[in-house]
Amino acid sequence: MNLTINVNSTAHDIDVEADMPLLWVLRDVLGMTGTKFGCGAALCGACTVHLDGIAIRSCVMPVGNIADRAITTIEAIGSTPQGRAVQRAWLELEVVQCGYCQSGQIMAAAALLAKRPLPDDQDIDAAMSGNVCRCGTYQRIRSAIHHAAGLGRR
Amino acid sequence: MKSLAILGRREFLKDAVTIGSGLVLSVAIPPAIRPSLADSAAFHAFAPNAFIRIDPEGMVTLMMPMAEMGQGVHTALAMLLAEELEVSLEQVKLEQAPSDDSLYANPILHVQSTGASTSIRAFWTPLRQAGAVARRLLLTAAASRWGVAPDSCLAKRGVVIHISSSRQLRYGELVHAAAVLPVPPLESVPLKHPSQFTLVGTSARRLDTPDKVVGRAQFGIDMKLPQMAIAAVAISPAFGGRLKSLNEEAALAVRGVRQMVRLVNAVAAVADDTWAAKKALAAAAIEWDDGPNGQVSSEQIIRQLEEASAHPGAVARHDGDPERAMMSAVRVVEAVYQLPFLAHAAMEPMNCTVHMHKDSCDIWVGTQVPTLTQVQVAELTGLPKSAVRVHNQYLGGGFGRRLEPDGNLLAARIAQHVDGPVKVIWSREEDIQHDMYRPCYLDRISAALDARGIPVAWKHRLCGSSVYSRYHPNLIKNGVDPDAVAGAAQPPYDLPNIHVEFVRVEPPGIPTSLWRGVGPTHNTFVVESFIDELAHTVKRDPVEYRKSLLIHNPRALGVLMLAAKKADWGRTLPERWGRGVALQFAYGSFAAQVVEAQVGVDGRVRVHRIVCAIDCGMVVNPDTIAAQMEGGALFGLTAALYGEITLKKGRVMESNFNDYRPMRMNEAPIVETHIVQSSEPPGGVGEVATATVSPAVANAVFAATGKRIRRLPIKALDLSR
Repeated sequence: MNLTINVNSTAHDIDVEADMPLLWVLRDVLGMTGTKFGCGAALCGACTVHLDGIAIRSCVMPVGNIADRAITTIEAIGSTPQGRAVQRAWLELEVVQCGYCQSGQIMAAAALLAKRPLPDDQDIDAAMSGNVCRCGTYQRIRSAIHHAAGLGRR
Repeated sequence: MKSLAILGRREFLKDAVTIGSGLVLSVAIPPAIRPSLADSAAFHAFAPNAFIRIDPEGMVTLMMPMAEMGQGVHTALAMLLAEELEVSLEQVKLEQAPSDDSLYANPILHVQSTGASTSIRAFWTPLRQAGAVARRLLLTAAASRWGVAPDSCLAKRGVVIHISSSRQLRYGELVHAAAVLPVPPLESVPLKHPSQFTLVGTSARRLDTPDKVVGRAQFGIDMKLPQMAIAAVAISPAFGGRLKSLNEEAALAVRGVRQMVRLVNAVAAVADDTWAAKKALAAAAIEWDDGPNGQVSSEQIIRQLEEASAHPGAVARHDGDPERAMMSAVRVVEAVYQLPFLAHAAMEPMNCTVHMHKDSCDIWVGTQVPTLTQVQVAELTGLPKSAVRVHNQYLGGGFGRRLEPDGNLLAARIAQHVDGPVKVIWSREEDIQHDMYRPCYLDRISAALDARGIPVAWKHRLCGSSVYSRYHPNLIKNGVDPDAVAGAAQPPYDLPNIHVEFVRVEPPGIPTSLWRGVGPTHNTFVVESFIDELAHTVKRDPVEYRKSLLIHNPRALGVLMLAAKKADWGRTLPERWGRGVALQFAYGSFAAQVVEAQVGVDGRVRVHRIVCAIDCGMVVNPDTIAAQMEGGALFGLTAALYGEITLKKGRVMESNFNDYRPMRMNEAPIVETHIVQSSEPPGGVGEVATATVSPAVANAVFAATGKRIRRLPIKALDLSR
């Protein structure tokens, strides 16, 4: 079916099945590969994007259900204050190893900071435990979220 | 750079070669690195392998022989080169080297393979030599232009300076002159003394991070090519099974599906996009013939191991007279340990993009083994090796999974039926159910103690799959797989009477392979758990007991005492909390770890803190070492607590992150790393903490509960009060 979706403030006209998950629309139809496929079942968070600022798993979100809500991906999260702070903190604390899960981690962290500008460790656990990292960068992610929160206050 | 790859070795030895307007310096590297102690990978000879290209702008390109999978090797190798070349890291650009073992083989592994924690050990000398020779040529070119003696000049940050006159020339201005100079013999170009290092030894920023935080880094799965199809794949669920039937009509009715490819043991749905391909596979209602392994189960494999463990194996080590010492002992302690199959579950599911042309083939993939891929695809297609081009990408985790080219070969088989490029993507379920697994093992171990409680005899029989018999058959000596016994044949302790043997037992149909930490993930668990058992048997403190067996091993003692001190060993903990220690020599590095764990009344194990001490010789990038200790510890801890692949009816029961459970943020401990200052040759770090953490946590659980973990994962034992 013909749909129009709004990705990173740009309208895209697409012709896809309504049940196609947003992840594959982004990656295969629009060629935006920053959002990653990890499990296909909302178990790992690698595919996290924002829908009207809320972190969602794009691998289980049928594109037909999105309507006119604003989709934000890793490619554009740096234009939000939280996204910018998170990316900077990730660099300053050298969070990343293989990097495959980090698009999703950054999207989840940016959504957290938008909701809670000064999260405590429990807030971080609650917001981030759905995002799997097999390289084991969790402690740096935690520190970087606190660091990004500090950057946001300055 | 293809033209470089086809130049023969002799041409490289003769001269520096100018290609285009840039200077190409190629260096033949002598066999300068020898892993200092008994490492499993044997060491033969070097091929020339280090390339630098400097353009007239002064930009240095390093042809990167190794794959980046998160371990930081791209940055660390660039640091080695930049240090001796006297350029800043910002002046170095990386280009993934083409697949060519004659030029880019890992000097320890002899193929272009990134694994076994070897990259720094392998390239520590060659890349510094490559940089030093290049610097010498640029300096000579500048001196000759000024008509001064080369030793009156120095090089710094990409500039040659004549000291007394302060005249300066940038490297870019010197490339043409340097290109025609003869390359000096390597031995005539001294390397810096480590005390002169300004970059090596610092926590330089990683080169790959900026692209990775904005979603720009290109992983294998991110390939995009004109007209590219995307394929989803289903492999026979039972290992060794075959395709029986499928409803092709129904599959082709799915919108966007281009074709169905039938292979002997797999089906691929080739489509415009991943979603259509997945739907077509589901619609195809594939039926399989389970084949000869259709009844294989975990219970059967464990029974097979138990039976095999009654028989002697190939002798990996025999010192002294353990039998006699056993007879004179005051006390004999025996134990049986058992470890499960493990999957890798890298975050980037297996994938590979292949374009079969009429007389050549292009492959885009993130792989630890580009040249092995090249060889196997050449064999499959009948193409000459040089016509198979492997374009390596970033790896979304390797952990040993991408040391196997099976997925690349499968993609090539599919691509043989497809007109144009095709990207084959495995689902997470396929990724877990068609992994090549860390073998399961069963070990029988015993020790005889004298009146002081000291082990006067040590006997260890390991039973399990031999990965090297398939992967590195030339390294099997007298039936002993050096990887299978790594960490068991040479425990760090004084054990004058020791017998270690290996019984090879292959599980029917189950593919086994290398996994982060390889042999030591198994053997360090057994040896360090058992040493702990001995200490408790004779009522001695586990750290003090180990210390008493390390009189002749000062580096091992050093890391043990450092970890104990930093972890507040001996300080009282709350009830049902415990500390466990483990010690190891592997991958050329000494490491000790103390785990602090809490066992809930419900039996759940929560690890709060892991303290790592590592002596990996000279350090290239301390922050990368810390990152590897953090990541390695969590990878091993995840497996120790939860990791187990089980089999029923010849197929793997686990399928995704719900039942093959990764550690998550809310469960993750803090990992602290303490690095020993050392002038010893570098050791590996990528796998160290993975191997030490499983005994350390098991020993901590014992300290907390009095229950001994002899079988992993820990979740299998009831630890509730």
